[in-house]
Amino acid sequence: MEFKPSEPIYIQIMGEIKRKIVSGELKAGAKVEPVRDLARTLGVNPSTVQKAFSELEREGLMYTERTSGRYITTSGERIEKLREGSLVRLVADFVGLMRRMGLQPEEIEEMVRESIKKGGAADE
Amino acid sequence: MNEIVEEAAQREEAGGSVPMVETVGLTKRYGGKTALRNVTLSIPQGKIVGLMGPNGSGKTTLIKILTGVLTGYEGTVHVNGRIPGACTKSIVSYLPDRLSLGRWMRVRDAVAYYSDFFIDFDRIKAMELIARLRLDPGMRFSQFSKGDCEKIQLVMAMSRAARLYVLDEPIGGVDPAARDVVLDTILTQYCENSTVLLSTHIIQDVERIFNSVIFLREGEVVLYDEVEAVREHRKKSVYDLFREVFKC
Repeated sequence: MEFKPSEPIYIQIMGEIKRKIVSGELKAGAKVEPVRDLARTLGVNPSTVQKAFSELEREGLMYTERTSGRYITTSGERIEKLREGSLVRLVADFVGLMRRMGLQPEEIEEMVRESIKKGGAADE
Repeated sequence: MNEIVEEAAQREEAGGSVPMVETVGLTKRYGGKTALRNVTLSIPQGKIVGLMGPNGSGKTTLIKILTGVLTGYEGTVHVNGRIPGACTKSIVSYLPDRLSLGRWMRVRDAVAYYSDFFIDFDRIKAMELIARLRLDPGMRFSQFSKGDCEKIQLVMAMSRAARLYVLDEPIGGVDPAARDVVLDTILTQYCENSTVLLSTHIIQDVERIFNSVIFLREGEVVLYDEVEAVREHRKKSVYDLFREVFKC
């Protein structure tokens, strides 16, 4: 995993885990890797991973079983909310980028409609 | 609520007691030249800390004082509450910036030598790490490349169950691929709750293993902050900040 310089590493790790939850790579109720293992895989300080996990627990996306370890939430509702949030943010980022490139709302709508008609960005 | 209690417990564990390293007004002069100027630092237990600065900024001098190799300084220095000396050497594992073992020694001789010398040295662990790094224990140091010698020395240093690991430039002489191996060895082998102080002038791709970093410039501490705090507040990596601070 590549880390951007401008953002704390724990936030980037949280983002990656959220992405995996949304995409289904990490399933509801799945066991989460131990802190030290993930720290080793990513080559980061274990406390950075610990911080990411604590924050994800605070957000209700992970929970800890005292004896057996850490798991992804089993709440389908929570995952759905995360999914919606991610999608809304993706679209907001896209719209923001287009606006910064000088496009008007109608032009953006038109381009999105055109793109969908052509089957998305697949034929780029 | 449980989380809060847990975090408080972790804080307590990590740094609630005596700091691992504490210096107050530390100054070291070599004749007319001042190598360290009024260095005041406190490193809690259980942290991995990077000591960074260009050549000649005082990194090795500070390390030699902390490890009890160098004396004759002004100010106070404590390692786990004690003045560096014979008694701190038993809890401090030191990787010097140059080969400290005889070049004629075979790797397995060096392992035997360390296990005679240090009560906390884990001989089996050392041999396992050497095998993992694909280094032949029957070869002499003189037959290895500089990078491989450094890897063996690192294995020796990390195979002790020390409270403080002081590693002087463990990645200076190895290529970028081997750097990952070295960092991985440090991350996986250091004992939990022990402290690692690692000096380096290479920062890119290394900063993510540290809790915090110290910048030394001409013997003075110009920055001591957590890596994540640097990113959060300055919106840049430690590497970018280093280049800015030490711009020629």
